[in-house]
Amino acid sequence: MLGYVIRRILIMIPTLLAISAITFVIIQLPPGDYLTSMVNEMQSRGESMDQGRLAMLRETYGLDRPMIEQYALWVAGMLRGDFGYSFEYNMPVSDVVGDRLVLTAVISVATIIFIWGVSFPIGIYSATHQYSLGDYTLTLLGFLGLAVPNFLLALVLLYFANVWFGTSIGGLMDPHYLGQPWSVPKAMSVLEHMWIPVMVIGTSGTAAMIRRLRANLLDELHKPYVVTARAKGLPPGRALWKYPLRVALNPFISDIGNLLPHIVSGAAVVSVVMSLPTTGPMLLQALRSQDMYLAGSFLMFLAVLTVVGVFLSDLALAALDPRIRLGGGSRR
Amino acid sequence: MSRTLLRVEDLKVDFHVPGGLVNAVRGVSFRVKAGSTVALVGESGSGKSVAAQSILRILPRSAAITGGRILFDDGMVNEGVGPVDIAGLKADGTTMRALRGGRISIIFQEPMTSLSPLHTIGDQVGEAVQLHQRVTAKQARALAEDMLRRVRFPDPRRALDTYPFELSGGLRQRAMIAMALVCRPALLIADEPTTALDVTIQAQILKLIKDLQAELGMAVLLITHDLGVVANLAEEVVVMHRGRVMESGTREDIFADPRHPYLKALLNAVPRFDMAPGERLMPIRSISIGDTSTGGSLLEKDHQPWAPAADEAGPLLAVDGICKRYGARKSGWFGAKAGAGVLAVDDVSFAIKRGECVGLVGESGCGKTTLSKILMRALTPDHGTVRFNDHGRIVDVLGLEGDALTAFRRKVQFVFQDPYGSLNPRMPVYDIIEEPLVIHGIGDEAERKARVKELMGLVGLDVRHLRRYPHSFSGGQRQRIGIARALALRPELLLLDEPVSALDVSIQAQVLNLLKDLKERLGLTYLFVSHNLAVVDYMADRILVMCRGRIVESAPREALFRNPVHPYTRALLAAVPEPDPSRPLSLTDLEEGRASDPARWPAPFTIDEAHQPHLVDLGNGHCVRADASVRVKEVA
Repeated sequence: MLGYVIRRILIMIPTLLAISAITFVIIQLPPGDYLTSMVNEMQSRGESMDQGRLAMLRETYGLDRPMIEQYALWVAGMLRGDFGYSFEYNMPVSDVVGDRLVLTAVISVATIIFIWGVSFPIGIYSATHQYSLGDYTLTLLGFLGLAVPNFLLALVLLYFANVWFGTSIGGLMDPHYLGQPWSVPKAMSVLEHMWIPVMVIGTSGTAAMIRRLRANLLDELHKPYVVTARAKGLPPGRALWKYPLRVALNPFISDIGNLLPHIVSGAAVVSVVMSLPTTGPMLLQALRSQDMYLAGSFLMFLAVLTVVGVFLSDLALAALDPRIRLGGGSRR
Repeated sequence: MSRTLLRVEDLKVDFHVPGGLVNAVRGVSFRVKAGSTVALVGESGSGKSVAAQSILRILPRSAAITGGRILFDDGMVNEGVGPVDIAGLKADGTTMRALRGGRISIIFQEPMTSLSPLHTIGDQVGEAVQLHQRVTAKQARALAEDMLRRVRFPDPRRALDTYPFELSGGLRQRAMIAMALVCRPALLIADEPTTALDVTIQAQILKLIKDLQAELGMAVLLITHDLGVVANLAEEVVVMHRGRVMESGTREDIFADPRHPYLKALLNAVPRFDMAPGERLMPIRSISIGDTSTGGSLLEKDHQPWAPAADEAGPLLAVDGICKRYGARKSGWFGAKAGAGVLAVDDVSFAIKRGECVGLVGESGCGKTTLSKILMRALTPDHGTVRFNDHGRIVDVLGLEGDALTAFRRKVQFVFQDPYGSLNPRMPVYDIIEEPLVIHGIGDEAERKARVKELMGLVGLDVRHLRRYPHSFSGGQRQRIGIARALALRPELLLLDEPVSALDVSIQAQVLNLLKDLKERLGLTYLFVSHNLAVVDYMADRILVMCRGRIVESAPREALFRNPVHPYTRALLAAVPEPDPSRPLSLTDLEEGRASDPARWPAPFTIDEAHQPHLVDLGNGHCVRADASVRVKEVA
């Protein structure tokens, strides 16, 4: 088992390297670089820029060097913890991103808890009461959740939160806390604002998860070992909890790896609508203005999340399911 | 002993299905005396399992008991004052739950799926104890260990912490029995307890059930379609058909003097060892093989007849020295260690003459399916040669590539075991049968259509059903579709991998007769792989017995059954239960698992590090794997 863990960690290195190369190439694919798009923008505003200064900038940022060299510099920098320099903000990337990453992580974790907490009981109910009125109602709600566009839901919720609770529109905290150091009232304000984005971002995930748990559990409920459990005299509730539910959990665990990056990147539109200070809107802007180090750092962050998430879910699966832990190789 | 433990009176069970109401059980009555064994016999769909599930009240949600009573009296229910009517209890109420698993237990057919894959054996057996007795977890574990010892687990203490998938099929079924019996029930319901097991394992499990019954004094309600098992275990027999009891009585009466036509038919549908040469099985619903179309068969159109001299070039298929090792899963960075893995097929050589039916017998895991896959080039062996005689031209099968391989595919076709998994559920039957013709570019659309129709008729199916999808056919009909597909290319050799083992007895006879007729009609050659000796006896001209990847004995059919030489063959033959109470299994003779362990065969048959015997010819085509130093007369 230990050997497996070490091997998996080692395999992550070439995976991340390959992802970084692809990311870099894709960012570089559009013609021009940050400076050309800056010049274009200035020209459209009727301003002009000194050619000498342009050349100097180009040299400082290494934009005139061949692509391979730029890539090597970028990767080497990242290994030292230096994520490069954001042209747009005129600051090192790590300073630009800092706070936003923390808030993104907070929202993501809250969203995952929300998704699990809501979908689990509903999924179990739907499966055990298949084709009942409750199942149909919950299924309908689930499909509504899947079908309603996130940003629309966000706007509606924002409106009602403002009308009923007096919560300020947009952002993750009341405006006067912006730029202030962290304090208890500021944290409370974040909590007050957070439930809307969490619900909005989590709705579609919850609906999908309910459908998946229902389907998984329905498959398991008709397996002979469930009948065996009943035939032993086990009460129905415990027979459900101990046997089929445990088997139905596997797809959930293996989903963690997908869930993390999906929530982080999928929330971009919602974040723009609600002007949340998370990473999503920033990534969008960075990609548009070819702010390559900022965009690259974001994409690498997502990649690391995916790779680590998949690794964690594999470990959790092995811990949960003895067939995975012990089965490999022993069967024909 | 004569107290009635269970009395089922006029039981009726209905299923609510989308199409309406299905009467699965329509007024069944029988009784089980304390300590006795009653067998409930019938083909699938006869309602026998539903009746058993009603006794435990574990029917599926779509089913309901609509009439009748199930009276259970073990002297303890109702404080010993009288029987309790199970049909009147709440299915998940406290009273019923206390009976279920405590006083009445059940074991199922599939030991793999009936045990939870995620919990240890100790957990699952111990849980049953804790549910019904006031014991601590530690005591439950001790009781579970004791029960595992009683069901003859080799190392009960270690077995407590193993998972079901780490055990063999036989051991899993033992664990299942331990779980059912750990609370000392008064009644054990055994629902097809040995159907999924190999014959030698089946015999061991039957013996185990018999021993434990005597030890614990419980009654057994045995549900099976295998009359051989019935003849060996049951004292009373109840025959069910379409939800009704057809006939019931003591075992001796039922077998000596079957009255009801259905029971007679059932007895005639099972292959027996003492069948007269040329005697045919009588399927319950017989089908007739259709005529090939008028004015010459399309199937035979492009089939060249064999030149008289063509057979002199050699047998149709000659296999020499085939070895196949399955690699262990890679465990290091640099691949598997040499010599790791399982030797699935070891030094197998044999020949099949044209027009012959060669039977290949062995238990599951002996390598017979691997071998048949090698023959059709689905797997590549590590060593050995396979030669095919194509109208006098010898073809090296393993060396074929490209077009030559495609051409060879037309000569050898495969019929699979599982009629459900081997047909694409999204293709109508017409497309399924036509597909081989399309792949090999035979005929135009109109001709292919005529050919498919001819094939449908040939296997006795209605051509009007060509547009239907596989799910609307029964298991036997699907298997016939599989056969039609295999015949579409008019092959010389059919590899039949357990073609009837997934089918009911009555259907089995139907398909076996069909295969026999087709062989005669088309002059086919068969390699018939099966674990069922009686079926092979009915079909084959020559039989190969395989164990642990090796052929241990090969002989013409009569010689093998009259004079089995190898200890493994003898064990196999001894383990087959016969539907005749006067010839019971000699259950005491069955050595626990020794029969299939080559290292424990007596000399000169022992196979281990020091002894690597080869096949020795005993004359008349009878070969056995033994030390060549031993004189032939001594063994034979």
